[in-house]
Amino acid sequence: MAEKSAVPSRLDQRDASWFIDKLFQVLMFVGGISAVIFIIGIFVFITKEGLAFLFEGFSFLEFFGSINWRPTSTNPTYGALALIVGTASITGVAILVAIPFSIGAAVYISEFATGKTKETLKVLVELLAAIPSVVWGFIGLSIMNEFIIEVFDVPIGLNVLNAGIILGLMAAPIMTTIAEDALKAVPDKYREAAEAMGATRWQIIRQVVLPAAKNGLVSAVLLGVGRGFGETMAVLMASGHAINIPTSPFDSVRALTATIAAELGETAQGSEHYGALFALGIFLFLITFIINLAADLVVRGIRKK
Amino acid sequence: MVTEPSRTKVLEVRDLSIAYGAKTAISGLHLDVFENEIFGIIGPANSGKTSFLRAINRMDAFDSAMKVRGSLRFMSTEVASWRNDYALRRQIGVVFPLPVGLPMSIYDNVAFAARLRGVRKKQQLDEAVERCLTRAALWDEVKDRLDSLGSQLSGGQQQRLTIARALSQEPTLLMLDEFSIAVDPVTTMRIEDVLKELKQEMTIILVTNLVQQAERLADRTAFFLNGELVEIGETEHLFNGQTKDQRTTDYLEGRFG
Repeated sequence: MAEKSAVPSRLDQRDASWFIDKLFQVLMFVGGISAVIFIIGIFVFITKEGLAFLFEGFSFLEFFGSINWRPTSTNPTYGALALIVGTASITGVAILVAIPFSIGAAVYISEFATGKTKETLKVLVELLAAIPSVVWGFIGLSIMNEFIIEVFDVPIGLNVLNAGIILGLMAAPIMTTIAEDALKAVPDKYREAAEAMGATRWQIIRQVVLPAAKNGLVSAVLLGVGRGFGETMAVLMASGHAINIPTSPFDSVRALTATIAAELGETAQGSEHYGALFALGIFLFLITFIINLAADLVVRGIRKK
Repeated sequence: MVTEPSRTKVLEVRDLSIAYGAKTAISGLHLDVFENEIFGIIGPANSGKTSFLRAINRMDAFDSAMKVRGSLRFMSTEVASWRNDYALRRQIGVVFPLPVGLPMSIYDNVAFAARLRGVRKKQQLDEAVERCLTRAALWDEVKDRLDSLGSQLSGGQQQRLTIARALSQEPTLLMLDEFSIAVDPVTTMRIEDVLKELKQEMTIILVTNLVQQAERLADRTAFFLNGELVEIGETEHLFNGQTKDQRTTDYLEGRFG
Protein backbone atom coordinates (compact mmCIF):
# COMPACT_ATOMS: atom_id res chain seq x y z
CA MET A 1 0.00 0.00 0.00
CA ALA A 2 1.16 3.45 -0.83
CA GLU A 3 1.97 5.70 2.11
CA LYS A 4 -0.48 8.55 2.68
CA SER A 5 1.10 11.74 1.43
CA ALA A 6 1.79 14.33 4.15
CA VAL A 7 -0.20 17.57 4.25
CA PRO A 8 1.66 20.10 2.12
CA SER A 9 3.51 22.51 4.39
CA ARG A 10 1.89 25.62 2.92
CA LEU A 11 -1.46 24.42 4.33
CA ASP A 12 -0.05 23.75 7.78
CA GLN A 13 1.43 27.04 8.95
CA ARG A 14 1.13 28.58 12.41
CA ASP A 15 -0.20 32.03 11.61
CA ALA A 16 -0.78 35.14 13.73
CA SER A 17 -4.19 34.01 14.96
CA TRP A 18 -2.71 30.74 16.21
CA PHE A 19 -0.15 32.59 18.31
CA ILE A 20 -2.67 35.13 19.58
CA ASP A 21 -4.92 32.27 20.64
CA LYS A 22 -2.08 30.65 22.59
CA LEU A 23 -1.15 33.98 24.17
CA PHE A 24 -4.72 34.51 25.34
CA GLN A 25 -4.93 31.04 26.75
CA VAL A 26 -1.85 31.75 28.86
CA LEU A 27 -3.14 35.18 30.00
CA MET A 28 -6.53 33.77 30.95
CA PHE A 29 -4.85 30.96 32.85
CA VAL A 30 -2.75 33.42 34.84
CA GLY A 31 -5.82 35.51 35.61
CA GLY A 32 -7.72 32.42 36.61
CA ILE A 33 -5.17 31.06 39.05
CA SER A 34 -4.19 34.45 40.48
CA ALA A 35 -6.93 34.12 43.09
CA VAL A 36 -5.37 30.87 44.25
CA ILE A 37 -1.91 32.46 44.33
CA PHE A 38 -3.13 35.40 46.42
CA ILE A 39 -4.96 33.18 48.91
CA ILE A 40 -1.93 30.98 49.37
CA GLY A 41 0.33 34.05 49.52
CA ILE A 42 -1.70 35.69 52.26
CA PHE A 43 -1.92 32.50 54.24
CA VAL A 44 1.84 31.93 53.96
CA PHE A 45 2.55 35.53 55.01
CA ILE A 46 0.38 35.64 58.11
CA THR A 47 1.47 32.17 59.11
CA LYS A 48 5.12 33.10 58.74
CA GLU A 49 4.69 36.20 60.89
CA GLY A 50 2.75 34.35 63.54
CA LEU A 51 4.83 31.20 63.44
CA ALA A 52 7.57 32.26 65.84
CA PHE A 53 4.93 33.16 68.41
CA LEU A 54 3.04 29.92 67.87
CA PHE A 55 6.18 27.92 68.68
CA GLU A 56 7.53 30.03 71.53
CA GLY A 57 5.13 32.18 73.53
CA PHE A 58 1.99 30.34 72.47
CA SER A 59 0.02 28.21 74.85
CA PHE A 60 -3.07 26.62 73.41
CA LEU A 61 -4.74 26.59 76.79
CA GLU A 62 -3.99 30.24 77.45
CA PHE A 63 -4.98 31.40 73.97
CA PHE A 64 -8.39 29.72 73.91
CA GLY A 65 -8.98 29.42 77.64
CA SER A 66 -7.97 32.71 79.24
CA ILE A 67 -9.66 36.06 79.04
CA ASN A 68 -6.49 37.91 79.97
CA TRP A 69 -5.20 39.71 76.92
CA ARG A 70 -2.35 41.73 78.48
CA PRO A 71 0.27 42.09 75.79
CA THR A 72 1.89 45.18 77.30
CA SER A 73 2.07 44.04 80.90
CA THR A 74 5.49 43.28 82.34
CA ASN A 75 4.43 39.66 82.46
CA PRO A 76 2.39 39.55 79.24
CA THR A 77 -0.46 37.07 78.78
CA TYR A 78 -2.23 36.36 75.53
CA GLY A 79 -5.67 34.95 76.30
CA ALA A 80 -7.94 35.48 73.33
CA LEU A 81 -11.09 33.93 74.76
CA ALA A 82 -12.77 37.26 75.50
CA LEU A 83 -11.94 38.51 72.01
CA ILE A 84 -13.35 35.36 70.40
CA VAL A 85 -16.49 35.53 72.51
CA GLY A 86 -16.75 39.24 71.74
CA THR A 87 -16.60 38.69 68.00
CA ALA A 88 -18.99 35.73 68.20
CA SER A 89 -21.55 37.59 70.31
CA ILE A 90 -21.53 40.64 68.02
CA THR A 91 -21.87 38.39 64.98
CA GLY A 92 -24.70 36.50 66.66
CA VAL A 93 -26.69 39.68 67.29
CA ALA A 94 -25.85 40.89 63.79
CA ILE A 95 -27.25 37.74 62.20
CA LEU A 96 -30.43 38.01 64.25
CA VAL A 97 -30.82 41.57 62.98
CA ALA A 98 -29.79 40.84 59.40
CA ILE A 99 -31.86 37.71 58.68
CA PRO A 100 -35.33 39.26 58.93
CA PHE A 101 -34.26 42.38 57.05
CA SER A 102 -32.43 40.61 54.27
CA ILE A 103 -34.80 37.68 53.73
CA GLY A 104 -37.77 40.03 53.93
CA ALA A 105 -36.25 42.43 51.44
CA ALA A 106 -35.23 39.60 49.11
CA VAL A 107 -38.71 38.07 49.17
CA TYR A 108 -40.30 41.44 48.52
CA ILE A 109 -37.95 42.29 45.64
CA SER A 110 -38.15 38.87 44.06
CA GLU A 111 -41.81 37.93 44.61
CA PHE A 112 -43.82 41.12 44.95
CA ALA A 113 -42.10 44.15 43.46
CA THR A 114 -42.36 44.67 39.73
CA GLY A 115 -40.98 47.00 37.10
CA LYS A 116 -39.58 50.30 38.35
CA THR A 117 -40.05 49.54 42.05
CA LYS A 118 -38.01 46.39 41.70
CA GLU A 119 -35.17 48.05 39.79
CA THR A 120 -35.04 51.01 42.16
CA LEU A 121 -34.96 48.76 45.20
CA LYS A 122 -32.16 46.65 43.79
CA VAL A 123 -30.08 49.76 43.07
CA LEU A 124 -30.74 51.10 46.57
CA VAL A 125 -29.75 47.82 48.20
CA GLU A 126 -26.50 47.83 46.26
CA LEU A 127 -25.93 51.43 47.25
CA LEU A 128 -26.45 50.47 50.86
CA ALA A 129 -23.79 47.79 50.50
CA ALA A 130 -21.34 50.43 49.30
CA ILE A 131 -21.51 52.64 52.40
CA PRO A 132 -18.00 52.65 53.94
CA SER A 133 -17.73 50.81 57.24
CA VAL A 134 -16.29 53.85 58.99
CA VAL A 135 -19.55 55.66 58.26
CA TRP A 136 -21.46 52.84 59.88
CA GLY A 137 -19.04 53.01 62.80
CA PHE A 138 -19.71 56.71 63.09
CA ILE A 139 -23.46 56.07 63.19
CA GLY A 140 -22.88 53.50 65.93
CA LEU A 141 -20.67 55.85 67.90
CA SER A 142 -22.83 58.94 67.71
CA ILE A 143 -26.46 58.02 67.00
CA MET A 144 -26.92 54.45 68.21
CA ASN A 145 -24.88 55.12 71.33
CA GLU A 146 -27.21 57.86 72.59
CA PHE A 147 -30.24 56.00 71.38
CA ILE A 148 -29.37 52.88 73.38
CA ILE A 149 -28.49 54.90 76.49
CA GLU A 150 -31.82 56.67 76.34
CA VAL A 151 -34.11 53.78 75.39
CA PHE A 152 -32.63 51.11 77.65
CA ASP A 153 -31.42 53.40 80.39
CA VAL A 154 -27.91 51.93 80.51
CA PRO A 155 -24.72 53.82 81.37
CA ILE A 156 -22.95 53.08 78.10
CA GLY A 157 -24.33 52.56 74.62
CA LEU A 158 -21.20 51.16 73.01
CA ASN A 159 -21.79 47.46 73.46
CA VAL A 160 -22.72 44.12 71.91
CA LEU A 161 -26.18 45.38 70.98
CA ASN A 162 -24.88 48.49 69.27
CA ALA A 163 -22.15 46.74 67.31
CA GLY A 164 -24.50 43.86 66.51
CA ILE A 165 -27.20 46.12 65.09
CA ILE A 166 -24.69 48.16 63.08
CA LEU A 167 -23.04 45.02 61.77
CA GLY A 168 -26.41 43.46 60.99
CA LEU A 169 -27.45 46.48 58.95
CA MET A 170 -24.10 46.37 57.17
CA ALA A 171 -24.38 42.70 56.31
CA ALA A 172 -28.05 42.86 55.30
CA PRO A 173 -27.59 44.38 51.81
CA ILE A 174 -25.14 41.76 50.59
CA MET A 175 -27.24 39.01 52.16
CA THR A 176 -30.29 40.49 50.42
CA THR A 177 -28.54 40.40 47.06
CA ILE A 178 -27.48 36.78 47.44
CA ALA A 179 -30.84 35.69 48.83
CA GLU A 180 -32.63 37.45 45.99
CA ASP A 181 -30.42 35.64 43.46
CA ALA A 182 -31.40 32.37 45.10
CA LEU A 183 -35.11 33.22 44.91
CA LYS A 184 -34.77 34.38 41.32
CA ALA A 185 -33.21 31.03 40.43
CA VAL A 186 -36.43 29.23 41.39
CA PRO A 187 -38.12 28.59 38.02
CA ASP A 188 -41.40 30.41 37.40
CA LYS A 189 -43.03 27.17 36.34
CA TYR A 190 -43.06 26.10 40.00
CA ARG A 191 -44.87 29.27 41.00
CA GLU A 192 -47.29 28.93 38.12
CA ALA A 193 -48.06 25.30 38.92
CA ALA A 194 -48.78 26.20 42.53
CA GLU A 195 -50.85 29.22 41.49
CA ALA A 196 -52.93 27.04 39.22
CA MET A 197 -53.67 24.74 42.15
CA GLY A 198 -55.13 27.61 44.11
CA ALA A 199 -52.21 28.29 46.41
CA THR A 200 -52.14 31.82 47.81
CA ARG A 201 -49.10 34.04 47.45
CA TRP A 202 -48.01 33.27 51.00
CA GLN A 203 -48.53 29.53 50.56
CA ILE A 204 -46.44 29.61 47.40
CA ILE A 205 -43.61 31.47 49.11
CA ARG A 206 -43.74 29.37 52.27
CA GLN A 207 -44.21 25.95 50.72
CA VAL A 208 -42.61 26.17 47.28
CA VAL A 209 -40.24 29.10 46.77
CA LEU A 210 -38.40 29.23 50.11
CA PRO A 211 -37.79 25.47 50.31
CA ALA A 212 -36.58 25.44 46.71
CA ALA A 213 -34.19 28.32 47.41
CA LYS A 214 -33.14 26.93 50.79
CA ASN A 215 -29.49 26.32 49.93
CA GLY A 216 -28.98 29.77 48.48
CA LEU A 217 -30.58 31.34 51.53
CA VAL A 218 -28.36 29.36 53.89
CA SER A 219 -25.29 30.44 51.98
CA ALA A 220 -26.47 34.06 52.12
CA VAL A 221 -26.64 33.78 55.90
CA LEU A 222 -23.24 32.09 56.08
CA LEU A 223 -21.67 34.85 54.01
CA GLY A 224 -23.27 37.33 56.39
CA VAL A 225 -21.62 35.47 59.28
CA GLY A 226 -18.28 35.61 57.44
CA ARG A 227 -18.76 39.31 56.96
CA GLY A 228 -19.49 39.67 60.67
CA PHE A 229 -16.31 37.94 61.73
CA GLY A 230 -14.18 39.96 59.36
CA GLU A 231 -15.60 43.45 59.85
CA THR A 232 -13.21 45.72 61.73
CA MET A 233 -13.75 49.45 61.74
CA ALA A 234 -17.46 49.64 62.54
CA VAL A 235 -17.05 47.03 65.26
CA LEU A 236 -14.07 48.84 66.76
CA MET A 237 -16.08 52.06 66.98
CA ALA A 238 -19.39 50.64 68.19
CA SER A 239 -18.44 47.79 70.51
CA GLY A 240 -16.84 49.77 73.34
CA HIS A 241 -13.53 47.93 72.81
CA ALA A 242 -13.35 46.59 76.35
CA ILE A 243 -11.97 43.11 77.08
CA ASN A 244 -14.88 41.38 78.70
CA ILE A 245 -16.99 38.26 78.52
CA PRO A 246 -20.43 39.72 77.93
CA THR A 247 -23.27 38.60 80.18
CA SER A 248 -25.86 40.85 78.59
CA PRO A 249 -26.22 42.66 75.25
CA PHE A 250 -25.44 45.89 77.08
CA ASP A 251 -21.88 44.85 77.97
CA SER A 252 -19.00 46.30 76.05
CA VAL A 253 -16.78 43.80 74.30
CA ARG A 254 -13.71 43.73 72.11
CA ALA A 255 -13.49 41.97 68.76
CA LEU A 256 -10.58 40.01 67.26
CA THR A 257 -10.35 42.26 64.26
CA ALA A 258 -10.55 45.46 66.28
CA THR A 259 -7.71 44.24 68.50
CA ILE A 260 -5.44 43.66 65.53
CA ALA A 261 -6.31 47.01 64.01
CA ALA A 262 -5.84 48.94 67.21
CA GLU A 263 -2.63 47.31 68.42
CA LEU A 264 -0.63 46.33 65.38
CA GLY A 265 0.61 49.86 64.74
CA GLU A 266 2.15 50.07 68.22
CA THR A 267 4.08 46.84 68.28
CA ALA A 268 7.65 46.28 67.24
CA GLN A 269 7.89 44.06 64.21
CA GLY A 270 8.97 40.59 65.24
CA SER A 271 8.12 41.07 68.91
CA GLU A 272 6.05 38.59 70.85
CA HIS A 273 3.04 40.93 70.85
CA TYR A 274 3.36 41.33 67.08
CA GLY A 275 3.40 37.55 66.70
CA ALA A 276 0.38 37.17 68.96
CA LEU A 277 -1.62 39.56 66.80
CA PHE A 278 -0.71 37.48 63.78
CA ALA A 279 -1.87 34.39 65.62
CA LEU A 280 -5.23 36.13 65.98
CA GLY A 281 -5.03 36.78 62.25
CA ILE A 282 -4.44 33.12 61.48
CA PHE A 283 -7.41 32.18 63.64
CA LEU A 284 -9.65 34.73 61.87
CA PHE A 285 -8.44 33.61 58.48
CA LEU A 286 -9.23 29.99 59.28
CA ILE A 287 -12.70 30.83 60.57
CA THR A 288 -13.68 32.98 57.58
CA PHE A 289 -12.17 30.37 55.27
CA ILE A 290 -14.26 27.62 56.84
CA ILE A 291 -17.43 29.73 56.75
CA ASN A 292 -16.96 30.67 53.12
CA LEU A 293 -16.13 27.09 52.22
CA ALA A 294 -19.30 25.95 53.97
CA ALA A 295 -21.33 28.55 52.06
CA ASP A 296 -19.79 27.38 48.82
CA LEU A 297 -20.48 23.71 49.55
CA VAL A 298 -24.08 24.54 50.39
CA VAL A 299 -24.50 26.38 47.09
CA ARG A 300 -22.94 23.45 45.28
CA GLY A 301 -25.61 21.32 46.89
CA ILE A 302 -28.26 23.19 44.86
CA ARG A 303 -26.58 22.63 41.56
CA LYS A 304 -26.40 18.90 42.08
CA LYS A 305 -30.18 18.67 42.26
CA MET B 1 -77.43 20.46 17.47
CA VAL B 2 -77.12 16.90 18.61
CA THR B 3 -76.46 17.68 22.26
CA GLU B 4 -79.49 17.61 24.51
CA PRO B 5 -80.04 21.06 26.02
CA SER B 6 -80.88 19.53 29.39
CA ARG B 7 -77.28 18.60 30.22
CA THR B 8 -75.64 20.57 32.99
CA LYS B 9 -73.28 23.23 31.77
CA VAL B 10 -70.02 23.40 33.64
CA LEU B 11 -68.77 26.25 31.55
CA GLU B 12 -70.70 28.87 29.61
CA VAL B 13 -68.65 31.20 27.49
CA ARG B 14 -70.28 34.21 25.84
CA ASP B 15 -68.50 36.73 23.66
CA LEU B 16 -65.17 36.17 25.37
CA SER B 17 -62.18 38.20 24.23
CA ILE B 18 -58.64 37.96 25.54
CA ALA B 19 -55.88 40.39 24.69
CA TYR B 20 -52.28 40.85 25.75
CA GLY B 21 -51.69 44.56 25.38
CA ALA B 22 -52.54 45.39 21.79
CA LYS B 23 -52.36 41.77 20.68
CA THR B 24 -55.63 39.87 20.56
CA ALA B 25 -55.41 36.22 21.54
CA ILE B 26 -59.11 35.33 21.39
CA SER B 27 -62.13 37.22 20.17
CA GLY B 28 -65.87 36.64 20.28
CA LEU B 29 -65.74 33.16 21.75
CA HIS B 30 -69.06 31.38 22.34
CA LEU B 31 -69.23 27.88 23.69
CA ASP B 32 -70.56 25.57 26.39
CA VAL B 33 -68.87 22.69 28.11
CA PHE B 34 -71.10 20.03 29.66
CA GLU B 35 -70.69 17.96 32.75
CA ASN B 36 -68.81 14.66 32.39
CA GLU B 37 -67.66 15.19 28.86
CA ILE B 38 -64.23 15.36 27.38
CA PHE B 39 -64.18 18.58 25.45
CA GLY B 40 -61.39 18.65 22.89
CA ILE B 41 -59.82 21.83 21.62
CA ILE B 42 -57.64 21.57 18.56
CA GLY B 43 -55.89 24.16 16.48
CA PRO B 44 -52.45 25.29 15.38
CA ALA B 45 -50.08 27.32 17.52
CA ASN B 46 -51.21 30.84 18.42
CA SER B 47 -54.86 29.99 18.05
CA GLY B 48 -55.65 31.06 21.62
CA LYS B 49 -56.15 27.62 23.19
CA THR B 50 -53.86 28.18 26.15
CA SER B 51 -55.10 31.74 26.73
CA PHE B 52 -58.61 30.34 26.97
CA LEU B 53 -57.54 27.88 29.68
CA ARG B 54 -55.73 30.64 31.55
CA ALA B 55 -58.83 32.80 31.51
CA ILE B 56 -60.94 29.99 32.98
CA ASN B 57 -58.93 29.68 36.17
CA ARG B 58 -58.24 33.40 36.31
CA MET B 59 -54.52 33.25 35.77
CA ASP B 60 -54.94 36.73 34.29
CA ALA B 61 -54.78 37.92 37.89
CA PHE B 62 -51.04 37.19 37.81
CA ASP B 63 -50.40 38.75 34.41
CA SER B 64 -51.11 42.45 34.27
CA ALA B 65 -50.82 42.49 30.47
CA MET B 66 -53.60 39.93 30.06
CA LYS B 67 -57.07 41.45 29.64
CA VAL B 68 -60.21 39.33 29.61
CA ARG B 69 -63.58 40.68 28.45
CA GLY B 70 -66.96 39.08 27.98
CA SER B 71 -68.73 36.47 30.02
CA LEU B 72 -67.18 33.27 31.37
CA ARG B 73 -69.40 31.33 33.74
CA PHE B 74 -68.05 28.37 35.67
CA MET B 75 -70.63 26.39 37.65
CA SER B 76 -73.15 29.12 36.80
CA THR B 77 -71.05 31.90 38.30
CA GLU B 78 -68.94 34.46 36.48
CA VAL B 79 -65.32 33.55 37.22
CA ALA B 80 -64.55 37.25 37.59
CA SER B 81 -67.10 37.54 40.39
CA TRP B 82 -65.76 34.69 42.53
CA ARG B 83 -64.84 36.38 45.76
CA ASN B 84 -61.98 34.00 46.45
CA ASP B 85 -60.14 33.25 43.24
CA TYR B 86 -57.90 30.78 45.09
CA ALA B 87 -60.98 28.71 45.86
CA LEU B 88 -61.95 28.90 42.20
CA ARG B 89 -58.56 27.56 41.14
CA ARG B 90 -58.81 24.73 43.64
CA GLN B 91 -61.92 23.59 41.77
CA ILE B 92 -60.00 23.42 38.52
CA GLY B 93 -57.07 21.10 37.92
CA VAL B 94 -54.52 22.10 35.30
CA VAL B 95 -51.92 19.95 33.58
CA PHE B 96 -49.31 21.95 31.70
CA PRO B 97 -47.58 20.95 28.44
CA LEU B 98 -44.28 20.31 30.17
CA PRO B 99 -44.51 18.36 33.39
CA VAL B 100 -43.80 20.36 36.51
CA GLY B 101 -42.73 18.21 39.42
CA LEU B 102 -42.56 20.67 42.28
CA PRO B 103 -39.16 20.56 44.02
CA MET B 104 -40.43 18.43 46.87
CA SER B 105 -40.96 14.72 47.45
CA ILE B 106 -43.42 12.71 45.37
CA TYR B 107 -45.60 12.40 48.44
CA ASP B 108 -45.56 16.15 49.12
CA ASN B 109 -46.34 16.89 45.48
CA VAL B 110 -49.55 14.93 45.66
CA ALA B 111 -50.38 15.99 49.20
CA PHE B 112 -49.89 19.65 48.27
CA ALA B 113 -53.47 20.37 47.25
CA ALA B 114 -54.90 18.60 50.27
CA ARG B 115 -52.62 20.57 52.55
CA LEU B 116 -53.68 23.81 50.85
CA ARG B 117 -57.23 22.88 51.77
CA GLY B 118 -56.10 22.48 55.35
CA VAL B 119 -55.97 18.69 55.62
CA ARG B 120 -53.37 17.81 58.26
CA LYS B 121 -54.20 14.25 59.32
CA LYS B 122 -51.49 11.85 58.21
CA GLN B 123 -53.93 9.07 57.44
CA GLN B 124 -56.15 11.25 55.27
CA LEU B 125 -53.13 12.50 53.37
CA ASP B 126 -51.78 8.97 52.92
CA GLU B 127 -55.09 7.84 51.47
CA ALA B 128 -55.34 10.81 49.12
CA VAL B 129 -51.78 10.29 47.88
CA GLU B 130 -52.30 6.61 47.19
CA ARG B 131 -55.69 7.14 45.56
CA CYS B 132 -54.49 9.90 43.24
CA LEU B 133 -51.27 8.17 42.27
CA THR B 134 -53.19 4.98 41.55
CA ARG B 135 -55.67 6.81 39.36
CA ALA B 136 -52.85 8.48 37.48
CA ALA B 137 -51.32 5.03 36.85
CA LEU B 138 -48.16 5.88 38.72
CA TRP B 139 -48.60 4.25 42.13
CA ASP B 140 -46.93 0.93 41.28
CA GLU B 141 -43.84 2.66 39.95
CA VAL B 142 -43.26 5.02 42.86
CA LYS B 143 -44.88 3.46 45.93
CA ASP B 144 -41.47 2.41 47.28
CA ARG B 145 -39.87 5.82 46.89
CA LEU B 146 -42.48 8.36 47.83
CA ASP B 147 -39.80 10.34 49.64
CA SER B 148 -37.61 10.94 46.62
CA LEU B 149 -37.78 14.20 44.73
CA GLY B 150 -40.66 14.64 42.32
CA SER B 151 -38.42 16.54 39.93
CA GLN B 152 -36.15 13.51 39.56
CA LEU B 153 -38.75 11.32 37.88
CA SER B 154 -38.62 10.73 34.14
CA GLY B 155 -40.65 13.01 31.88
CA GLY B 156 -43.54 10.60 31.48
CA GLN B 157 -43.64 9.81 35.17
CA GLN B 158 -43.52 13.49 36.05
CA GLN B 159 -46.48 14.17 33.79
CA ARG B 160 -48.46 11.43 35.54
CA LEU B 161 -47.34 12.94 38.84
CA THR B 162 -48.70 16.27 37.64
CA ILE B 163 -51.98 14.60 36.78
CA ALA B 164 -52.08 12.90 40.18
CA ARG B 165 -51.50 16.28 41.77
CA ALA B 166 -54.29 17.85 39.73
CA LEU B 167 -56.59 14.99 40.75
CA SER B 168 -55.74 15.50 44.39
CA GLN B 169 -57.51 18.84 44.11
CA GLU B 170 -60.67 16.78 43.55
CA PRO B 171 -61.49 19.17 40.75
CA THR B 172 -64.82 19.74 39.08
CA LEU B 173 -63.00 20.56 35.89
CA LEU B 174 -59.71 19.12 34.71
CA MET B 175 -57.88 21.01 32.00
CA LEU B 176 -55.03 19.39 30.11
CA ASP B 177 -52.89 21.55 27.88
CA GLU B 178 -51.07 19.42 25.29
CA PHE B 179 -50.12 16.99 28.04
CA SER B 180 -48.43 14.51 25.74
CA ILE B 181 -45.71 16.76 24.31
CA ALA B 182 -43.00 15.39 26.60
CA VAL B 183 -44.45 11.93 27.07
CA ASP B 184 -43.63 8.73 25.20
CA PRO B 185 -46.41 7.05 23.19
CA VAL B 186 -46.90 4.17 25.62
CA THR B 187 -47.36 6.49 28.58
CA THR B 188 -49.61 8.69 26.47
CA MET B 189 -51.89 5.72 25.86
CA ARG B 190 -51.97 4.89 29.57
CA ILE B 191 -52.89 8.46 30.43
CA GLU B 192 -55.57 8.48 27.75
CA ASP B 193 -57.12 5.38 29.32
CA VAL B 194 -57.06 7.12 32.67
CA LEU B 195 -58.84 10.15 31.20
CA LYS B 196 -61.61 8.01 29.74
CA GLU B 197 -62.30 6.68 33.22
CA LEU B 198 -62.05 10.06 34.92
CA LYS B 199 -64.77 11.41 32.69
CA GLN B 200 -67.29 9.62 34.92
CA GLU B 201 -66.37 11.89 37.78
CA MET B 202 -65.42 15.21 36.28
CA THR B 203 -65.43 17.37 33.22
CA ILE B 204 -62.29 17.41 31.13
CA ILE B 205 -61.05 20.02 28.69
CA LEU B 206 -58.37 18.55 26.50
CA VAL B 207 -56.28 20.95 24.47
CA THR B 208 -54.21 19.01 22.02
CA ASN B 209 -52.28 19.52 18.85
CA LEU B 210 -52.67 15.88 17.90
CA VAL B 211 -55.94 15.64 16.03
CA GLN B 212 -55.96 11.86 16.47
CA GLN B 213 -55.84 12.32 20.21
CA ALA B 214 -58.96 14.47 20.03
CA GLU B 215 -60.57 11.85 17.83
CA ARG B 216 -59.75 9.08 20.31
CA LEU B 217 -60.85 10.91 23.44
CA ALA B 218 -63.09 13.89 22.94
CA ASP B 219 -66.88 13.72 22.93
CA ARG B 220 -67.05 17.08 21.27
CA THR B 221 -64.28 19.01 19.63
CA ALA B 222 -63.75 22.70 18.98
CA PHE B 223 -61.43 23.97 16.31
CA PHE B 224 -59.64 27.23 17.14
CA LEU B 225 -57.81 29.24 14.54
CA ASN B 226 -56.11 32.59 15.09
CA GLY B 227 -58.14 33.34 18.18
CA GLU B 228 -61.46 32.42 16.63
CA LEU B 229 -63.69 29.44 17.15
CA VAL B 230 -64.08 28.11 13.63
CA GLU B 231 -66.30 25.19 14.40
CA ILE B 232 -67.54 23.07 17.24
CA GLY B 233 -69.27 19.73 16.99
CA GLU B 234 -69.50 16.06 17.93
CA THR B 235 -66.04 14.63 17.42
CA GLU B 236 -67.44 11.69 15.48
CA HIS B 237 -69.15 13.98 13.01
CA LEU B 238 -66.16 16.21 12.50
CA PHE B 239 -63.94 13.27 11.74
CA ASN B 240 -66.54 11.74 9.43
CA GLY B 241 -66.24 14.73 7.18
CA GLN B 242 -69.43 16.37 8.40
CA THR B 243 -67.74 19.71 8.87
CA LYS B 244 -69.37 23.03 8.23
CA ASP B 245 -66.23 24.92 7.44
CA GLN B 246 -63.66 24.04 4.81
CA ARG B 247 -60.82 25.20 7.12
CA THR B 248 -61.73 22.51 9.64
CA THR B 249 -61.61 19.83 6.97
CA ASP B 250 -58.25 21.11 5.82
CA TYR B 251 -56.83 21.10 9.33
CA LEU B 252 -58.15 17.64 10.17
CA GLU B 253 -56.69 16.25 7.01
CA GLY B 254 -53.37 17.87 7.64
CA ARG B 255 -53.54 20.30 4.75
CA PHE B 256 -52.58 23.34 6.71
CA GLY B 257 -49.71 25.80 6.73
